[in-house]
Amino acid sequence: MADGSAIAAGRVPATAGQPRTGTLKRMARRRSTLAFLMALPLLAVIAGLVIYPFFYAIELSMLNKRMTRFVGIDNFTFLLGRETFQLVIFQSVLFAVTAVIAKALIGFVLAHVLHALPAKGQRKWRGMLLVPWVIPPAVSTLAWWWLFDPSYSAFNWMLAVFGAGPVPWLGDAGWARFAVILVNTWYGAPFFMIMYLAALKSVPDQLYEAAAIDGATGIQKLRYVTLPMMRNIISITVLFSLIVTFANFDIVRILTNGGPQDRTHLFGTYAFQVGIQSGDIPLGAAVSLFMFPLLAVFAVLILRGVNQRTKEGL
Amino acid sequence: MAQVTLRKIVKEYEGGVQAVKGIDLDIDDHEFVVLVGPSGCGKSTTLRMIAGLEEITSGDIAIGGSIVNDIPPRDRDIAMVFQNYALYPHMTVFENMAFGLTLRKFPKEEIKRRVDNAARILDIGTLLERKPKALSGGQRQRVAMGRAIVRDPKVFLFDEPLSNLDAKLRVQMRTEIKKVHQTVRTTTVYVTHDQVEAMTLADRVVVMNHGVIEQVGPPTELYHHPVTKFVAGFIGSPAMNFIPGRLVNGGAALNVVLPDGITLPVPAERAGRYAAHAGREILFGIRPEHLTEIRPNDHRPHLAAFEAAPEVVEPMGMETLLHFWMQGNEICARVDPATPAEPGVKQTLAADMSQMHLIDPQTEKVL
Ligand SMILES: Nc1ncnc2c1ncn2[C@@H]1O[C@H](COP(=O)(O)OP(=O)(O)O)[C@@H](O)[C@H]1O
Ligand SMILES: [Mg+2]
Repeated sequence: MADGSAIAAGRVPATAGQPRTGTLKRMARRRSTLAFLMALPLLAVIAGLVIYPFFYAIELSMLNKRMTRFVGIDNFTFLLGRETFQLVIFQSVLFAVTAVIAKALIGFVLAHVLHALPAKGQRKWRGMLLVPWVIPPAVSTLAWWWLFDPSYSAFNWMLAVFGAGPVPWLGDAGWARFAVILVNTWYGAPFFMIMYLAALKSVPDQLYEAAAIDGATGIQKLRYVTLPMMRNIISITVLFSLIVTFANFDIVRILTNGGPQDRTHLFGTYAFQVGIQSGDIPLGAAVSLFMFPLLAVFAVLILRGVNQRTKEGL
Repeated sequence: MAQVTLRKIVKEYEGGVQAVKGIDLDIDDHEFVVLVGPSGCGKSTTLRMIAGLEEITSGDIAIGGSIVNDIPPRDRDIAMVFQNYALYPHMTVFENMAFGLTLRKFPKEEIKRRVDNAARILDIGTLLERKPKALSGGQRQRVAMGRAIVRDPKVFLFDEPLSNLDAKLRVQMRTEIKKVHQTVRTTTVYVTHDQVEAMTLADRVVVMNHGVIEQVGPPTELYHHPVTKFVAGFIGSPAMNFIPGRLVNGGAALNVVLPDGITLPVPAERAGRYAAHAGREILFGIRPEHLTEIRPNDHRPHLAAFEAAPEVVEPMGMETLLHFWMQGNEICARVDPATPAEPGVKQTLAADMSQMHLIDPQTEKVL
């Protein structure tokens, strides 16, 4: 309504030589100004919750440990030179990329299986498959921790039935990395599934029928119809998931607490350990700021593709 | 190019709905056959069974002499044009048209030659690099047809291809489709609910109703010799008038007696055909164009005059439609625009009895 009256007001020709107070009124009547004013409360919240902490973190990261002196980029160069931090970078990338690929693949398969189910059964299965995603990860990760626990491990107990030896799930660097990726995949795959399912449902059946008549096999339909039609959803979901997975904290914190020997630390958990537990807040801020350029590069690359396809009319 | 044969085709959807109830149809090589009927009569289902998109519950479908019941669409060598075009939105016009050939691993030059040829026939040569989104409805329709033509399939299948176009474009594309068929001569099965489309396009029209075929024949035959009340009423616009009456033996000749005591003599040469029904209730069917004003020097034999007062007068330009009611039956007559006609004023009309039909009200068959 406010919009409508703004348009109507905009059509009234502005009389020349109005007093100065009129200028302000005219500006208020303009559509973009009004839109900006109405969005202002939200912008204020975003500024308060995102932009302020971001710049505060930048400020913090340039102070010394006791926050008394400006040290420039010393914290960053110190971190880069440290072997543990190089490991954290490697692990974060490994964790995010592997987990996102696994989630994307599993979500893709699940979405197809669900899509192929008759409508009646679909609701029930969809609900059940969404469960991992709706349980608070802190709670479900605790359950996983029990499953992996050295003395009570249900997995090891099952392996023992087949005569396989116990696996040090959380005690060995390789297995611990596998475990955190597994739990993150378990938690995040349903999100991909639901996004892909929505995308699948939006592909008109007639495209598949046209493709069938054009001579496409099932796999060719997937390759030439489904995938191109889903490309934007896949890109955006992957980007979103990359950001969230990169910044993951709770799963690692609960399952391994970064161990053994820092071999499962991510930016988030490492920043917490350095900044809060060891009391070097500027260094912790510096650790978490390292995520920013990495994510920015991902975001730019993916969004550029999405933009281009949108322009082409997809 | 090939014949298409349907033998006792039944389609039952889950839930027990019989959409097609055992139809037989022979379509010749090069023939343009139109399936026409009201919405929900099973036209699309029949077409989709020929395409292989829908399984056949029972019966046999043969294309080019071999039974294709269990052959998937991609191996039937058919091409289909859908109502909403079903173009691949992420491909250019060229890629859309080439897709079927690419999948079949045709050489590049051959693909290009065929697409260019089809683009020339359809006059879309300048659109080849565009995406479907940047095309108008009529252009998309052409691309969809182009995609069918490049394949050079045994059979073209069209499912209401013009329904999404505005009236003017629809007439234009109708001509276009006819032209294309005269050029490529591919056997065509075309589905529409529009009887005008059916009449103008078809070599033979198949009228369907409630999952069965009512009548098959060339357009003029359906118009002049419908075999059921349904066909008589479906073909022709405005539709045929039906008036319940009685066939009475009036001594020398048979008469049709209508409500209001109007008595119309049956032409002598038809008397033998109707003799057995004398004295029975019948449905008198006559098209508006055979219900006219009395013209000076009218040499049509078997004109029967009667009086009626129109309630609505609709001048159409080249003709005027008169609507009147005969004991609850709306009757439409087509008169010359020069005829003086006033609502509520009685005037004399002539029924051309050589063009009338008598219908058994029980079986709804034309006698
Ligand atoms: N997938 C389906 N499941 C159940 N019934 C269907 C299905 N498709 C069509 N029908 C029914 O079959 C009948 C014929 O449909 P259709 O062939 O599409 O008619 P039309 O002549 O309008 O093309 C209709 O009564 C329709 O409701
Ligand atoms: Mg239909």
